[in-house]
Amino acid sequence: MDTAIIAINELSKTYQMGTVKVDALKQVSFAILRGEFVAIMGPSGSGKSTLMNLLGCLDTPTSGQYQLDGVETARLSDNELAQVRARKLGFIFQQYNLLPRQSALRNVEMPLIYRGVSAQERRQRAETALQIVGMDERTHHRPNELSGGQQQRVAIARALVGSPAVMLADEPTGALDTTTSAEIMGFLQTLNREQGLTVIVVTHERDIAAYAQRILTMRDGRLVKDERN
Amino acid sequence: MAMDTTKLLPPLDSASGVNWLEVTWMAFDSLMANKVRSALTMLGVIIGVASVVALIAIGTGASESITGQITSIGTNLMMVMPGSSSNRAPGMSTSARTLTLDDAKAIEALNLPIVGVGPQFGMTAQIVAPAADKNVTITGAAVAAQTIQNLTVANGRFFNEDEVKSASAVIVLGSTVAKDLFGKGQVIGQSVRIRDQTFRVIGVLESKGGAGSVDDTAIVPITIAHQRFPNARTPDGNAYVVSSIALAVKNKEDVDAVQSRIGILLRERHRLKANGSEDDFNIMNQASMLSMLTTITTLLTALLAAIAGISLLVGGIGIMNIMLVSVTERTREIGLRKAVGAQSRDILLQFIFEAIALSLSGGVIGLALGSIVALLVTLSGLLSASVSLGAAALAMGFSVAVGVFFGIYPARRASRLNPIDALRYE
Repeated sequence: MDTAIIAINELSKTYQMGTVKVDALKQVSFAILRGEFVAIMGPSGSGKSTLMNLLGCLDTPTSGQYQLDGVETARLSDNELAQVRARKLGFIFQQYNLLPRQSALRNVEMPLIYRGVSAQERRQRAETALQIVGMDERTHHRPNELSGGQQQRVAIARALVGSPAVMLADEPTGALDTTTSAEIMGFLQTLNREQGLTVIVVTHERDIAAYAQRILTMRDGRLVKDERN
Repeated sequence: MAMDTTKLLPPLDSASGVNWLEVTWMAFDSLMANKVRSALTMLGVIIGVASVVALIAIGTGASESITGQITSIGTNLMMVMPGSSSNRAPGMSTSARTLTLDDAKAIEALNLPIVGVGPQFGMTAQIVAPAADKNVTITGAAVAAQTIQNLTVANGRFFNEDEVKSASAVIVLGSTVAKDLFGKGQVIGQSVRIRDQTFRVIGVLESKGGAGSVDDTAIVPITIAHQRFPNARTPDGNAYVVSSIALAVKNKEDVDAVQSRIGILLRERHRLKANGSEDDFNIMNQASMLSMLTTITTLLTALLAAIAGISLLVGGIGIMNIMLVSVTERTREIGLRKAVGAQSRDILLQFIFEAIALSLSGGVIGLALGSIVALLVTLSGLLSASVSLGAAALAMGFSVAVGVFFGIYPARRASRLNPIDALRYE
């Protein structure tokens, strides 16, 4: 299990804000091993969101390399990045981002549409994913009929459904109360331990980061601390 | 609610593109999610397509009915009209007083292979009966008119040569005129008044159907028309004018020869120079009248359809408007779809398909509605309007084109959204 699933080398990102150049990320290098549970911390403006976008293949770096599960992604086109996202990544967001008018099941199925999976297989996988997150009794509920914690579980099922190499969670508990936050984090922890899923959580809360095995701390676009929990 | 991490999802390798059927389904799905809005957006296309379909059907029906009427008048009919063809619209009557009764007599004297010569002189006037009155076209005609124009008398009789010679005040009514003036009562033998002259009704014509046919006219001997109606003489006062001369050629093959012979005669009689001066009359035969009227009705139908097409265009703009709103509203959805692996092309297709689904559904409903209108017009007995396969295909094709054309801009906007910004959009 000791192989790097994510390897970034001297990764930089510079934004052009009018006439001013902003170095959001300055030559960051690190590796994440398969099956690790990593938290990325840092105050706002530290570059953690930029890092998250790059790790999530939603953006391309200005310079540096990023290997994800053996694929060099730094120079890929938008369409190629979309394919990498579809195959290798699962996303969880602060606002869950479920499609409001569709059932939990259809929400979970949705990413598979873009991989050309047949309707029958989509349904099977989505049902399994909902069983894993314990939402199999709510498959036909719409998001507005579910609590925040339940919605986030559906979102986790959606992230799991394509068997991603890495699960990326961007402030996954930002909209939840303490009890539900603990539940969701405990849940990600269990998934990590029992299914060997690589999980990366971006957060600014130390309590949430505490669930991870390893905490990367960002400040001013640099990686300033890399500690084991 | 308990999680079950013993369940494991098998690895998934397949990563081919999106299935088109899937995109179609998604498009209908999101339209059904917003039924009222979708229905209102469709309304523009529905009205546009319905009016195009109905107007083409009605226009074609009208054109067929006019053609039918002309054929029913008599197939080898020819009309000589006063006035040159260049200074008036073809087919329109004219106030030119260049054609005289003597011209008609001269044509008759040529001994051409024709059934008869029917000079006509008419006006629009009010016919007053004891119980009702009506504004109609009153034609002063010769006895020959009956054979030339295939007029059948349903009741009573047509006037005879003696009555024409003596300028008798007798009148033959079209069927509609007779019904409007006397209802179901006795018609023959009744008296009517036109411009203070009393006429005795001697006959009622058989109905030929359709608007503007002989049903709506009344016929009197041309001699009394010349005596009683205004503007009956040429400006110099020496001769009676006619508003047209109708003739029926015995054989179709002689039509061109007869037409050119009459042309030569009239040019001689009117002292027109061999070259240089234009004809001051106009000869139309059935074939040219038919083609002229077909041109006019086709043009009118096309014009009406084009005007209706504008509402289809407005409907398309409505679709574009709603699609733009929809793209803005669903920015987060677009961001999410892209984050989980949708390519720009997938998003583009999804939104174009939504626009097409809107316009095509509108087109189908509009086609049904237009067909119902055409059916109602037919049932009303006015004319027979039927929706042709071509018109239906045209309407469908047009509505798909409207969907693609007006959907492409909003769809491009959706597909170009940056997933990071789209996900953050509030």
